[in-house]
Amino acid sequence: MTPQPPRGLRDYVAILYPAFMLGVFFVVPFAIMIAVSFFRRNELTFYEPAFVLSNYARLFTTFFGKSFVFSILLSALVGVLVVIVAFPFTYLLTRLRRRTQVFYLVFILSVLSLSEVIIGFTWSTLLSATAGISNLLVFMGLLDQPQAWTPSLTALVVGLSYLGFPYTVLVLYPALSRLDPELPEASRMLGASPLRTFFLVVIPVMRSSIISALIMVFVFNLGAYVLPQVLGRPEHWTLSVLITDQAIFQSNMPFAAAMAIVLMVLSLMLVAVTLVLGQERSSQR
Amino acid sequence: MTRTWSNLFMALMMIILAAPLVVIAGVSLNAEKQLLFPPEGLSLQWYGELLSQPDWRNAIANSLIIAVISAALAVSIAFPLAYFLWRYRVRYGPILYGLGVAPFMLPPVITALGFLIFWANSGLYGSIVTTIISHAIFFTTLPLVTISLGLQAIDRQIIEASTIMGADERTVFRTVVIPLVRPYLVSGYAFAFVLSLNEYIVSYMVSGLTIETLPIKIFNSLRYGYTPVMASVAVFFVLVGFVVYGLIARFGDLPRLLGAWAAREP
Repeated sequence: MTPQPPRGLRDYVAILYPAFMLGVFFVVPFAIMIAVSFFRRNELTFYEPAFVLSNYARLFTTFFGKSFVFSILLSALVGVLVVIVAFPFTYLLTRLRRRTQVFYLVFILSVLSLSEVIIGFTWSTLLSATAGISNLLVFMGLLDQPQAWTPSLTALVVGLSYLGFPYTVLVLYPALSRLDPELPEASRMLGASPLRTFFLVVIPVMRSSIISALIMVFVFNLGAYVLPQVLGRPEHWTLSVLITDQAIFQSNMPFAAAMAIVLMVLSLMLVAVTLVLGQERSSQR
Repeated sequence: MTRTWSNLFMALMMIILAAPLVVIAGVSLNAEKQLLFPPEGLSLQWYGELLSQPDWRNAIANSLIIAVISAALAVSIAFPLAYFLWRYRVRYGPILYGLGVAPFMLPPVITALGFLIFWANSGLYGSIVTTIISHAIFFTTLPLVTISLGLQAIDRQIIEASTIMGADERTVFRTVVIPLVRPYLVSGYAFAFVLSLNEYIVSYMVSGLTIETLPIKIFNSLRYGYTPVMASVAVFFVLVGFVVYGLIARFGDLPRLLGAWAAREP
């Protein structure tokens, strides 16, 4: 039985309900949000219908422009760091016996599901002066006195990397587990060391997967909302924090919507790049 | 030699991943109301407090209600969608699939803001129903992906055979399709359930000021200082994840669910 085009109304029954739900509760909210981003702010009813571009223009002011650039640089930095560590990790993971793999995967999934709130809380505890790593270093004689390492940019980068690592492993996992084992084997048989094989065979073959993973974790980190507030200082607030701040505390919906739209367009463009890369990959087969 | 290095590297990564969880579990056992590690004096009183204080109990109840219902709703949206896309060939198929995957792929704050503006207009802002429906849409992606994987794994010849034997579409669906995709339905539900339990930004934006879920409650309490109660909640979250994913791994094919080929495709 090959899939056929639906014939008659009865065949469409299955799709009515999901299309309705996604249409009403996903497409409509997005359409309203796009409209609101052009509206004018109004103290009384939050916003009034208009067509102004000032919400978008405000993004180019120094303050918002700066945090826009900061968000992008921070996500890019964390993305690169995480992929550098997660790629060899995932490669080694896929070479393990199935049973061991499953154990690792359960653990990684559990960490991945942890709320950002929990991760922020645990890392700020771990980097604190009372219950943290610095106590361990004092105990080992490497430090004179326990120190608080949070809030700081380093703490934020550490927290975001912890958040992004399991995600990146799972993004890389399908491609790496489908890597033909004969490929590295052939390279080994021809006399290359495992390290050489990894750098000269595995990485080049996986190039497009690595770029996709970089983009995915970049977009994922752009969404971080709690960590910049818990582990970073106010100057480290990212776009996600500012959007929420504008929407909830400043009651400036049109501006929040405009920022969200810009963030979305940026993310969509990047996701589109990964889709194109994915297609290239499958057409090579 | 290289093998030793790889094993060391894997072990180191696992330690780094586990370290915060170990510290938090230790902190939750402190006898005093302080976050000390290693804990001073052992006591389980903070777990007791979690279950006895009305505001924490209320947050637990809210989170569980939202997760249980929204995950079911997410599956109810994803299953017919996945089935339709698998059963029929339509040109707009990729668009429908993309629509189901998009809420989860974009930075969550975008979807959250869309929900906020929508619910504020509809007048339902601040009700638990709002959070449930928003989570259902937000997490539809997970069952959609797992169920689609499950359907793709069905050998179409089985369907053909049962049709030749005289089964009509409804019988095929009931006796062939459902039993074969059941594990994928369950794991899709489980993923949506666990992630809904942990979700912060969407619940906060759509009704965070009236409906306090566990993550919201923790984040609100962070401002008034850290207590071991929060650590005990964190332990609870870790355990839920472990148990649920452990069960999926025990009764399902976890590597395949995560995108590895179980058997080589023909």
